[in-house]
Amino acid sequence: MSRNTHAAGAFDADPAVVRFDDVSMRYGRAPETLKDLTFSLAPGSFHFVTGASGAGKTSLLKLIFLAARPSKGLLHLFGQDVSAIAPREQPFLRRRIGVVYQEFKLLEHLSAFDNTALPLRIAGRKPESYRQDVAELLAWVGLRSRMHAMPATLAGGEKQRLAIARAVVNRPDILLADEPTGNVDHEMGLRILRLFVELNRLGTTILIATHDQDLVAASGMPVLHLDEGRLTQLGAGGEA
Amino acid sequence: MSEFDAERWRPAPFLPEADAKDGSLIFVVATLCFLACLTLLAVLAADRAARGWTGHLTNEATIIVRPKANETPDGAAARAAEALAGVPGVVEARALEKEKAEALIAPWLGDAADLEDLPIPRLVSVLLDPETPATGEALDRALKAQGLDAIVDDHSVWMKDIERAAGTARVIGGAVFALIAIAAGAVVAFATRAGLAARREVVEVLHLSGAEDGFIAGLFQIRFARMAATAGLFGAGAAAIMGAVLRFAGGGDGLTPVLPIAWIDLLAVAPAPLAAAAVAAVSARLTALALIRDMM
Repeated sequence: MSRNTHAAGAFDADPAVVRFDDVSMRYGRAPETLKDLTFSLAPGSFHFVTGASGAGKTSLLKLIFLAARPSKGLLHLFGQDVSAIAPREQPFLRRRIGVVYQEFKLLEHLSAFDNTALPLRIAGRKPESYRQDVAELLAWVGLRSRMHAMPATLAGGEKQRLAIARAVVNRPDILLADEPTGNVDHEMGLRILRLFVELNRLGTTILIATHDQDLVAASGMPVLHLDEGRLTQLGAGGEA
Repeated sequence: MSEFDAERWRPAPFLPEADAKDGSLIFVVATLCFLACLTLLAVLAADRAARGWTGHLTNEATIIVRPKANETPDGAAARAAEALAGVPGVVEARALEKEKAEALIAPWLGDAADLEDLPIPRLVSVLLDPETPATGEALDRALKAQGLDAIVDDHSVWMKDIERAAGTARVIGGAVFALIAIAAGAVVAFATRAGLAARREVVEVLHLSGAEDGFIAGLFQIRFARMAATAGLFGAGAAAIMGAVLRFAGGGDGLTPVLPIAWIDLLAVAPAPLAAAAVAAVSARLTALALIRDMM
């Protein structure tokens, strides 16, 4: 069996933001969801993760945002072996990672502004040091008039942009997004893609899991394709 | 909608405000606090009663005087009282009148008995110095020195029984109090578990956003400590009101002389809200930490 390696060229430069070295993962005693993955993401890179439903896209993201552990292999984040990171250190590592969840995971009892400010509050920042930044960020994602709004009153696209705002408000080193256009129409999907491209231009490493081939093609960015948990090499824009 | 003013924004609580289950939890914890405070008042009253009884018995002795052939019972009793009055540690020794001695034994003999025909011994009541009471042996020596045939009853047999009973009451009261405190802790642990389960998504988002376990547990700790303090206030307040009613109803001895409640006892329930909050805080923190580790 050949190793499933995505040699990302320039993206292998050290120190990589993310480095998978022969990583596999399983849930409990179930068969492996991810098998022998080896790849790395360079700082400031932009990748898509594609694959059919159940191919392991979400699981791959979970490994990176420390919601799951590899069952085999070595996973390095920001140059640190995650298996060697003490539990009390993990929260500080998570603060360097922004995540846009497929189901948004917005807190229903908090307004759009409070949801966005959440990572900053957790990091112990004083409100006066970030209030204006949060307002500007929400304006940037097109939610200037919705800062008061509770998540239940927001439309799908608004929720998506709110989730993105929360994920990037802390200026993370890497942004992970799981099907960020899954709940919005094509036009909104392209607007969201433009947001990610802008963030990437600001230096954020981006990894987006999607099955939206139109989005991938429109971006022209490199793709990590998963097929039944194995990584296959694909070129820019999703071309083989 | 009015324009959002970021400068006036104040962070909202991390956890959702009141839950529908909060009311029942406050009621249960308040009830437990009420029972704990009542137990505490009962223990204090029982302790006071026991101390009163033993103090009473310690400060008194009774001498049974049997007259010799050549003297009258009243004369023997008077001689005994005189002999005892000079013993160090005796404040007063007084021969009881014949009628009083007869009244004391009448309940055991019934109305039919003709007490005139019975050789009823005379009694001498001795009041002892509460600080340095004379011992039974010293009283006995003083009586023998005067050639009196007498028996000294310094109540030591009864005192041991009363002290044992008082000790048992204290232990039982303490055990009931501890049980109630443990039950309160268990209730809060269950409530924390339910609260965490109901707010699983909040906990997950906080966790994945970089919140430390201790920070998340602290949110639940503060929430349940506040709730328990409120419940403790209600429970302790109700117990204090009940104690005051018992005190009012019974005058100086409380509702019954067996459990005399003093006004000062009511202050003993004052720390209950703090104690309830402390039990809840510890219970909620431990439960939350364990659950967060299981969840993630």
